[in-house]
Amino acid sequence: MDAALFLNWVRGTGLQVAIFIFLLGTVWRLVEIYSLGRKPDLAERRHVPGASGWHTLWRRSIPIPGMMQRSGLTYIAGYAFHLGLAVVVFLFAPHIRLIQELTGISWPALPSQFVDLAAVVTLAAMLVVLADRIRQPVKRFLSTFGDWMAWLVTFLPVLTGYLAARHLLLPYTLMLSLHILSVELLLVLLPFTKLFHAFTVWPSRWFNGDVQGKKGVAV
Amino acid sequence: MNEKSGSLIDSLERQGVSRRTFMKYCATLASLMALPPAVGRAFAEALAKATRPSVIWLSFQECTGCTESLTRSHTPTLESLIFDSISLDYHHTLQAAAGTAAEAAREAAMKLNWGKYLLVVDGSVPMKDGGVYSTIAGVSNHDMLMDTVKGAAAVVAVGTCAAFGGLPKAQPNPTGAVAISDLVKDKPVVNVSGCPPIPVVMTGVLAHFLAFGSLPELDKLGRPLAFYGETIHDRCYRRPFYDQGKFAKTFDDEGARQGWCLFELGCKGPVTYNSCATVKWNDGTSFPIESGHGCLGCSEPDFWDAGGFYRALSLPANPLHVAATAVEVGAVVGVGVALANRAGKSAAKAGHETATLADLEK
Amino acid sequence: MSASLSRAVNVLKEVIDAPIASYFNSCVHCGLCAEACLFYTETGDPKYTPIHKLEPLRRVYEQEYTLLGRLLKLVGLSKPVSDAELGEWQELVYDSCTMCGRCSMVCPVGNDIVYMVRKLREGMAIAGHAPEGVVSATSRTIEIGSPMGVKLPALKAQIGHLKTETGLDVPLDLEGAEYMVLLSSMEIINFPEYLNAIAKIMKQAGKTWTICSTAFEATNSGIQIGVSDLARVIVSRIVEGAERLKVKTVISPECGHAYTAVRWEGPNLIGRPYTFKVQHILEVLDEFRNQGLLKTQGFEEERLTFHDPCQLVRRGGVIEQPRNLMNMVSKNFVETSDPGKYNWCCGGGGGVSANDNAEEIRLIAFKRKKAQLDVVKPDKLVTACANCRIVLEEGLEHYQMDLPVVGLTEMIAEHLAES
Repeated sequence: MDAALFLNWVRGTGLQVAIFIFLLGTVWRLVEIYSLGRKPDLAERRHVPGASGWHTLWRRSIPIPGMMQRSGLTYIAGYAFHLGLAVVVFLFAPHIRLIQELTGISWPALPSQFVDLAAVVTLAAMLVVLADRIRQPVKRFLSTFGDWMAWLVTFLPVLTGYLAARHLLLPYTLMLSLHILSVELLLVLLPFTKLFHAFTVWPSRWFNGDVQGKKGVAV
Repeated sequence: MNEKSGSLIDSLERQGVSRRTFMKYCATLASLMALPPAVGRAFAEALAKATRPSVIWLSFQECTGCTESLTRSHTPTLESLIFDSISLDYHHTLQAAAGTAAEAAREAAMKLNWGKYLLVVDGSVPMKDGGVYSTIAGVSNHDMLMDTVKGAAAVVAVGTCAAFGGLPKAQPNPTGAVAISDLVKDKPVVNVSGCPPIPVVMTGVLAHFLAFGSLPELDKLGRPLAFYGETIHDRCYRRPFYDQGKFAKTFDDEGARQGWCLFELGCKGPVTYNSCATVKWNDGTSFPIESGHGCLGCSEPDFWDAGGFYRALSLPANPLHVAATAVEVGAVVGVGVALANRAGKSAAKAGHETATLADLEK
Repeated sequence: MSASLSRAVNVLKEVIDAPIASYFNSCVHCGLCAEACLFYTETGDPKYTPIHKLEPLRRVYEQEYTLLGRLLKLVGLSKPVSDAELGEWQELVYDSCTMCGRCSMVCPVGNDIVYMVRKLREGMAIAGHAPEGVVSATSRTIEIGSPMGVKLPALKAQIGHLKTETGLDVPLDLEGAEYMVLLSSMEIINFPEYLNAIAKIMKQAGKTWTICSTAFEATNSGIQIGVSDLARVIVSRIVEGAERLKVKTVISPECGHAYTAVRWEGPNLIGRPYTFKVQHILEVLDEFRNQGLLKTQGFEEERLTFHDPCQLVRRGGVIEQPRNLMNMVSKNFVETSDPGKYNWCCGGGGGVSANDNAEEIRLIAFKRKKAQLDVVKPDKLVTACANCRIVLEEGLEHYQMDLPVVGLTEMIAEHLAES
C-alpha cells in the first residue's frame, strides 16, 4: 500500500519543504516589493470622511456603478470562488484542526454539508472563470502561462479536497495525499505567481485609496 | 563451542523436541513466509539436516530489547530453542566469557568459520567524533563491525536501530548514529526491523538461511518481504471501522470502548509494514492495537521523528519547526534584494540627466 | 538612439516605487480595467486594456527590481525593453489614454493604473516616443510660456477689450492680493468669457485679485507628456509669481490637468510645500456661495447636464462644488449616468487633444459621451474645463449633435445679481 507511504511523505517532508518555500518566498517578496518605498506627498491634503487608504481596503470589494452590468460574470464568479475558498479553507473542521495543531488557534467550524456545498460552488465558479478567460477576448489577450497555471494550482486543492472528503474516485488515503500535495504545490508557487495578490492586494488597495484620499476622493 | 556440531534436528531432539513438533513448526514457518507447499516440505527437510551454523552477534548502540524479545518468552518456544541450537559464538549479553576471553572467542569463531558465519547485529553505529560514543574492549563499534563483517556470509540487522538507525539516530542524533546497511556494502544485509522485532521473523530469516543457504526475498528497505509485505492497517481487525469512518476520538470515549479505529488517535498502522496483526506477540496473544493503543510504526525508518505518536496521520508531522529558519532566510534574501534595489535606484538618481526639450525629439 | 533608451530605462528605474511594485504583483489579469476604459469599450479591441498599456514598465520593474526578473534577464529568458517596443507602445500610452483614471477606480485589487501611466510617460518621453503634437505643445509652453503660444501682449489685449466692453478692471501684478488667478491659453483665445466672469464675480465678492504677468498660464504640458523636469520648470513660474506677489490663494482655472499640475503635482515637483493655497475656481465659487459672497438671480430654464472633467473631479476631488453651483442657477439640472467621480472622459484629456495621431480614436471614444448624452437629452452641456469643452464641441460637431457647451463659471457670472 504505497498510498500510505506517500501520505507520510506529503504530510511530512513534502509539507515541510512547501511551508519552508512558502514562508521564505513570502518574506522575501514582501521585503523586495515594499522596500522600494515611496516619496512623501508634499501637496496639502484634503480631509474628506471616507476617503482614505483604510476605507479603500474594503470599499474596493464593491463594484462601482455600471460595472456589474458590464462585467457581472467576472464579479459574481469572482466573489463566489473567493468566498467559497475562504469557507472551504477556513471553516472546514479538519482544516481548523490542522491550524489548531500548528498554532493553537481555533474557531467553530461549519457543518460539513455546508462546506461540501461551498466546495461545489467554488469548483463551479472556477470553471466559469476559466471558461470566461478562454472565451472573453480581453481576458484571453491578457492571459499568460502564469494565469492558466495559477488557476490549475488553485483548482486542484479544492477538487482533490472535495473528492477526498466525499471518498470519491480514489481510495481516501491516496486522495488525501493528492490533496495535501496539491496544497503544497499551491504554497510553493504562491509567492512567485499572481497568486501573491493574496498579500499585495491589501497594500495595493491602501496605496490607491491613500493617493486618492489625499485629494478627497473616496475610491 | 564449535565441537557441538551435528544437525539441527539432532540437537533439538536432544532437548526433547519431537520430529513431529519440529515439522509442524516448519510448516507454520513456511506458511508465514508464504512458501509454496512443495517448497515448504523441502524447507523442513533441509532445515532438519542443516548443521549448526556459527553466529556472531554484535551489540552496538542498543537497549538489549531485541535480545530480550528473542530470548525471553513466557514459555520456551521453538524460536528460543532454535537459538539455543545455533552455535552462538559471541553475544555480549548471553555469553559467559568476558573481557579478553570473549574477544578471543569472537576471533577464533571468525577464523574457524571464515566466509560462512552469520553476523547478527543489533544497535546502530556511532560515527561522530571517531565513534567514541560506543566502544567494546577499546574498539569502536565501527571498527569492530568492519573487522567482523569481512568473513561473514551475510549480515542480519536485528531491530530498528541496526536496520535504520533507530532511537540513537533520532533528531538531533548526537552520536552520528547510522544503520548497518549504511556501512556494509559488500555483503548481503537483511533488515529485521521493529522495536523490538517479532521473534518468529528473526528465526524465519535464520531458518531460511539454514535451509536454503540464501536470504529470503527482501523489500525495498531490505526487510524480508514475507513478514513486511503488508501494513498493520491491511490486516488490522479494526479495519472495518476505518472503512466505515468510525474513529475513537479519545482513549476513553464510547468509540474506544466499541473498539473503533484508532487512526485519529495517531495509529501509524496504515504506513507501517510488519506482521504484528497476524503473528501477534506474547505467544500469539495479541498485538498493541488489540490492547487499545495505536501502532507506533516502530518497524519503519525514523519512526521516532515521524510526528507525535498521538497525532493522526493526516496531520502534518511538524512543519512549523522550519518556519523560523524560512522566515530568516526569506528576510535575508529580501534584504539582499532590497539593498541591491536601493543601490540601483540611487544609481538611477545619480545618473539622472535633467530632461530638456531637445531630449523629446527623436 | 540607444542613449535615449538607456536614459528612459534609467528614468523608469527612478520612478518605480513600492506602490508600483505592489500593483504589478497584484494584477490578476481579470480584465475589468478594460471595461472602465472608453478606448476599449468603444472599440472592443483588447489591446486598449489599461494594464496592458503598462507592459514596458512592468518589464523594467521585473528586470530591475525583482530577483527572479534579474535572473531571467541574466539567462536571457526575459528580453530587455527595446526602443522599438517603446515606439509601438506610443499609441497605447499616449493616443489611447487620457489619464482619466477610471481604470484606477475599478481595479478590484486596487491598482492605481493611471498613476503608473503617468510614470511610464516619463520614460516614453525621454526615449523620444512622445507624440509630436504633445512635444510641440510642451516646447511652446517652455519657450513661449503657453502651449498655444499665447504671450502677454495677447492677454493684455484681452484685458483691454474687457475694460472697454464692461468697464471691469483686471489688476495685473497686484502685490498682496488675496487671489492670483491663472488662465489657460484656451480661455484667453477661445473663451474670453471666463476672464469676464472672474472679474464680475470678484467684484461682487469684494475680493482683491490679480493676474501675474510672468505666470498667468496654468496649463502644464510637462505633466501631460510626462516629463517632471519640464513640468517643474513650468510650475515654478507660478510658484515664483505667487510668492513674489505674496498672494494667499492661487486659483486654478477651468482646466482639468492644470489643476492636477498646480494643486497636486506642483509641491512634489519643486520638492517643498507651497506657502500659498491652491484652489480650483469652482472651489472658490462654492466657498463664496457658502459665505454669501456669491449672489445670483434667476434660473436657467433649459435642461442642463454637467460633464465632470476627470482631472477636476475623480482625480482632483472637486465633486460636490459643481453640483452646488449648478443647482444655484438651474432648475432643470439632470445628471448623466455615472456622474461625479465615476464620470466618463470626454476622450481628449492627458494630451490626447493635442495629439494629431489620436484624432481618429478620440472621436471613436467620444461615442461613450454621446451615448450618455443621448439618454439625458440635455439642451445645454455645462463643464468646467476648457479642454473638455473644445473636445466636447468637436465631438458633438462630428456626430452632428446640436448641443451648446458652456463653462460653469461663466454661466454663474451670467446670473450674478446686479448690485
